[in-house]
Amino acid sequence: MGCAPVLGGHAAYGRIMRDSRLPSSPGFWRSPLRGPWFTSVLGVVLLGGITVLFVTGLVSYAAYNPGLSPVNDQTPGKGLLGFYLFAWPTNPHWLYRFTQGVHVTLGITLIPVLLAKLWSVVPKLFALPPARSLAHALERLSLLLLVGGALFEFVTGVLNIQLDYIFPGSFYPLHFYGAWVFFAAFLAHTVLKLPVAVRTLRDRRGEKDERDDLTSPRPGRPTLSRRGALRLVGGGSLLLFVTTVGQSLGGALRSTALLAPHGGSDPGSGPGGFQINKTAAYAGIDAKETTDDAWRLVVTGRTGAVRLSRADLLKMDLHSSALPIACVEGWSTDDQWWRGVRLRDLAALVGYDDPPDLLVESLQRRGGFRRAALRADQVADSRSLLALFANGEDLTPDHGHPARVIVPAAPGVLNTKWVARMTFGDL
Amino acid sequence: MRRMPPTKRRMPVALHRLPLGSPLQILLLACSFALAGYAGVRLLADDWFGVALWFVGAALLHDLVLVPLYTVADRAVIRGSDAVGRRAWTPYVRVPAVLSGLLLLVWFPLISGRVAERYRLGTGLSSDVFLGRWLLITAVLFGGSALLLVLRLRRATKLRPPADH
Repeated sequence: MGCAPVLGGHAAYGRIMRDSRLPSSPGFWRSPLRGPWFTSVLGVVLLGGITVLFVTGLVSYAAYNPGLSPVNDQTPGKGLLGFYLFAWPTNPHWLYRFTQGVHVTLGITLIPVLLAKLWSVVPKLFALPPARSLAHALERLSLLLLVGGALFEFVTGVLNIQLDYIFPGSFYPLHFYGAWVFFAAFLAHTVLKLPVAVRTLRDRRGEKDERDDLTSPRPGRPTLSRRGALRLVGGGSLLLFVTTVGQSLGGALRSTALLAPHGGSDPGSGPGGFQINKTAAYAGIDAKETTDDAWRLVVTGRTGAVRLSRADLLKMDLHSSALPIACVEGWSTDDQWWRGVRLRDLAALVGYDDPPDLLVESLQRRGGFRRAALRADQVADSRSLLALFANGEDLTPDHGHPARVIVPAAPGVLNTKWVARMTFGDL
Repeated sequence: MRRMPPTKRRMPVALHRLPLGSPLQILLLACSFALAGYAGVRLLADDWFGVALWFVGAALLHDLVLVPLYTVADRAVIRGSDAVGRRAWTPYVRVPAVLSGLLLLVWFPLISGRVAERYRLGTGLSSDVFLGRWLLITAVLFGGSALLLVLRLRRATKLRPPADH
């Protein structure tokens, strides 16, 4: 980790490195658990886990189809960091439910591993001299990005899923750019340390003879074996996992997610009782605007604009599809049974037999994604609906009454609720 | 100096005499900084001070507050069990305390109720349940641990050969 460069002579270092009252002395750190093996095991677990987190995180950004329209893109200044973006598919219909469930659940599960890993190397933070060479100085500076970045990513993620928006800015750019800063340091750290970790794990016998800067030179009496400590870390991960994963699995297992934001119970009972992201009250929806008399959907396309009441929509061909709601916060619902008008039928209504892209606007007054863009293939998918019913009943106000969009495999925020206006055409 | 790695004997007297070290490592780190810099200017674009504070603050808070805090707490547990002459009992306090503390650390915003209003408006659910659930899990963890200790003590008493009495 980065320390201010301290200039000084050999003798001065010798003194502060021998005085075991100071954390700069290896003798200050007494835990017999610290050592290359312990750190290597945790490091290898994090290597695998964080790689999956990074990839699923990048995938989640792609799922928003940010290249389609500025309204979908929370990080328009991404430049080359968006090199990998691709058109997000609609198959399998649970795709985003899966990738984002893995991202959030795995992230939470890895917290004890991260904390244990950081604990296991904490003496290195204080190690003197601050730099043995230019290469070593740069490595320590890089470790500031690694440790700061890891904590920044985990903290912003954990706060965001609990709706605690105290971080300095919008979640999307912070978490996305922060991930790249962290990953840059993570890659360098992997290249520098993986060979050591693999050697340590492969050749445990030599561990005691090998001189390293992790093992305490004067270890205290052990109260826990290294394997015991790993079991405790694993136990912590397991506990977090079983009290979280239910919010992504849904069904009866939701009740097992005792501490997760969308675990425990559903907000209501009956057909419209499933999990909600943003209630009508939160979005500032006025009940007067959504009555059958007041609400009109404006659909615009090649042949001009059409104003449709809910009764007009009900007279069109209604179709059903079973699709989940999957939120960027990692929670999701089981497949709900939606019924409404196909998006491609609405496109045909305004002159597009071959469905183009679509911009959907909501009545919503507050919050992000009041407008969302869908790609032509999402519009063309026969399961994509402007839904009027959920599970056999009228949509509830919190689920987007009078009408909402539902698209297979799309992130929840692209399934616009309280739809007011739909504009078909090239975006 | 007995335990010190040999390289430390050739310590630099001052930074201007700092040896270069591995050129490959320097190249690798330069590439890493280039990528981090490219993303970093975007990360810092809006509120550079706030973000830098969070980035560095997270590392400092962890290393200088959280780690010392739980180290002191752990030592207190060990000293406590030493004081009653039962060091073997340490894990029966430590394990449930670690697990319960971990849950509190991760879910603090929900458990503390600091996001209660936004949570209710956002999800249609009440966050009042989380404190109770966390306390319940904590009670189960400590209760289970105590039960395990009692069972092990009883088994040890039964297994002890008569000569020991």
